[in-house]
Amino acid sequence: MSSSWTSRIFSTDHKVIAKQYLTLSLFWAVIGAATAYLIRWQIAHPDTEAFGWGYIEPQVYNSLVTMHGTIMVFFVAMPLLLSVFGNFLIPLMIGAKDMAFPKLNALSFWLFFLSSAVLFASFFVPGGAAAAGWTGYPPLSAKNEYTGGAYGMDMWLLALALEFASFLLGGINFLTTTMNMRAPGLTWFRLPVLVWMQLTAAVIFMLSVGPLVAGAILLLMDRNLGTTFYLADGGGDPLLWQHLFWFFGHPEVYVLLLPGVGIMLEVITVFARKPVFAFRPIIYATIVAGFLSFIVWAHHQYISGMDPRLAMPFSITTIIISVPFALIIFSIIATLWGSNISLKSPMLFALGTLGVFIFGGLTGIFNGSAPVDIYIHDTYFVVAHFHYTLFSNVFFGGFAGIYFWFPKMFGRMMNETLGKIHFWLTFAFFNAVFIPMHLVGLRGMMRRIANPMQYEFLKPLESLNMFITLMAILLILSQAVFVINFFWSMARGAVAADNPWQANTLEWSTRSPPPHDNFASPPVVYRWPYDYSRPDSLSDWTPQDRSDDNVRATAR
Amino acid sequence: MAPPSPCLVEVSEMHSWFPENVSTYGGDVDGIFWFIFYIVTVWFFITEGLILYFIFRYRRKPGRSAVYATGDTWSQLAWVLVPLAIVVVLDLLIDIRGADVWAKVKGQRPPAELVVHGVGKQFNWEFIYPGPDGKFGSEDDLATDNELHVPVGKVIHVILSSKDVIHSFFLPHFRLKQDAVPGRQIPVWFEATKTGEFEIPCAELCGFGHSGMNGKLFVHSPEDFQKWNQEKWPVNK
Repeated sequence: MSSSWTSRIFSTDHKVIAKQYLTLSLFWAVIGAATAYLIRWQIAHPDTEAFGWGYIEPQVYNSLVTMHGTIMVFFVAMPLLLSVFGNFLIPLMIGAKDMAFPKLNALSFWLFFLSSAVLFASFFVPGGAAAAGWTGYPPLSAKNEYTGGAYGMDMWLLALALEFASFLLGGINFLTTTMNMRAPGLTWFRLPVLVWMQLTAAVIFMLSVGPLVAGAILLLMDRNLGTTFYLADGGGDPLLWQHLFWFFGHPEVYVLLLPGVGIMLEVITVFARKPVFAFRPIIYATIVAGFLSFIVWAHHQYISGMDPRLAMPFSITTIIISVPFALIIFSIIATLWGSNISLKSPMLFALGTLGVFIFGGLTGIFNGSAPVDIYIHDTYFVVAHFHYTLFSNVFFGGFAGIYFWFPKMFGRMMNETLGKIHFWLTFAFFNAVFIPMHLVGLRGMMRRIANPMQYEFLKPLESLNMFITLMAILLILSQAVFVINFFWSMARGAVAADNPWQANTLEWSTRSPPPHDNFASPPVVYRWPYDYSRPDSLSDWTPQDRSDDNVRATAR
Repeated sequence: MAPPSPCLVEVSEMHSWFPENVSTYGGDVDGIFWFIFYIVTVWFFITEGLILYFIFRYRRKPGRSAVYATGDTWSQLAWVLVPLAIVVVLDLLIDIRGADVWAKVKGQRPPAELVVHGVGKQFNWEFIYPGPDGKFGSEDDLATDNELHVPVGKVIHVILSSKDVIHSFFLPHFRLKQDAVPGRQIPVWFEATKTGEFEIPCAELCGFGHSGMNGKLFVHSPEDFQKWNQEKWPVNK
């Protein structure tokens, strides 16, 4: 009994590990939402007792701001988009039994669990959680006397280092698995776009994270061993950290973005019954964007004090990186042309991802322009912009993926009506929060200030900030619809067919949920994943494992 | 108080999304904002409009099937590549126009008519005036906390530095922002077009007192500035 209990907890089955990641990332999403609620309360009703919490001290406010960013980027977005969908889908989509290194896979989860435990514990240590912003700029992050904190910052650095080790192992696993374990006939250009996006994200992560881990160790040394890598009075330079951080930080944006785009493409093709338009150009664009993501980092630093002559080169690379993404977006729109759309809840969320992401991409043009950035840098315009790009991929994209693959994960369907209600509430309240936030930013309101009423020029924004807070609370509350649907469907949902959406990719050719080794017999692949509505086929879908002879046999 | 120029009133009324602009180059920064705004607004309506149109136009109907279009031929791919080419051209236009504005604000500075040191520290701005001798580090230097006094219509250089952590010198009404970094002296410049009192918030998280770190910029008429000088350095007539 005990051995089966431990083998379930310390499972090496990629599907179980994916569910473990899902559980942990949804737990963190709840904590992240709670921090968002407290931040918004303080901005709308400064220095009053927040409902359910009490008075928010300035020091605590800074911790909340720091932890909100850290949690949402590193403990929700990354595990949800990369680990959950990557772990669950890569072996299934390539027709493999499991990951190449199942034990390493379990190790990466438990490293992530340890990292989560360290970060969670940091809320409760003396001095509270880290309070130097999610970007952890020194000297603020380098000395406790500057933040008023104590152990929180060291634990923050430790948690990040553990997490990066975990994702590095995960990425190696993704790459090795896909390179070596593809089913017979599954050539590189027969791989689903999502797998391509996951792999590109893994490579980008692997190549960018090294400098940041090194930088984090230098910061730990500055904090604890008396070195002065980032401290000017000892000959160091605070800007060194910013370069190391953003050399990782901007590629990281694409690490989060690509899996979301992949999910969007998989879901849209299935519900539009149409092949991806410009499949190969999309893959080439993804790789080009991956390269470009390494030469745009300093657009976070236009006004940081770096040489102003560097601004224009980085402005140009930044604006150029919009080109591959424009190609991907145009191709998705072209995919919708002449299609046959059914608006089931996964499709609603996928189209929501597209619509919201376009808005975020367009506001990015303002930030990328160095002269405009002089004014809008570190204002709520930037905050609103990156919520449009990240919330779209992480939450709209994540929900699209969960509604879509839930039947394969749990063998039951999610409730369609609740799914639609969830979508429309999320879509409405999300825009109600973040469209006005752009205006608040254009009026000059700075990020990370606890009380806008301390400034004459921000006083007219009081009612707008209250409105945003109200909408944010409603946005958070409307997620209850999802939580109810998720747990109710897991227990009571309609039993799912093996292929309820009539999709082509290999994961749908096995049982729902798949058995331990995924496939009863190893699948053989005959075609690319997007043979929807082939003119020579009777049905509007042709699975990857159906041979041409079979297609002709069923043709009219 | 000098009346604002008619052009300025027009701009601030038309585009009340921003605080009033009172610097010589603020209009250029706002101008590039609106240039981008018009371009992306057009793209927004084209892309979102097409998506909505396709969703309604191609909703599932029994008996209809989708077009098997893979975009493998150049003639199909043109539907993506032509808009992409337009994006590239517009991107370049934005950068070319932006380069001029960036150069004006941050690239080269016109010769200074007054130089002041601005020092960030938790949680105040300290400003140091060279005094009548025009030299820093001499006895007639004057340090003020959170108060920057300047004359209208003159080129002011502020040399930014920090005593502890990174702060960011933000003049929202002037469209100017620059981080003040320990170990560096970073000069910025501005020229006010209007007298009055304006705020100097810190825009970079700098600790538990970040919120409320706020200086005051007093833009004086030439006569008032003369008077302020006489008050501070009474010996010098």
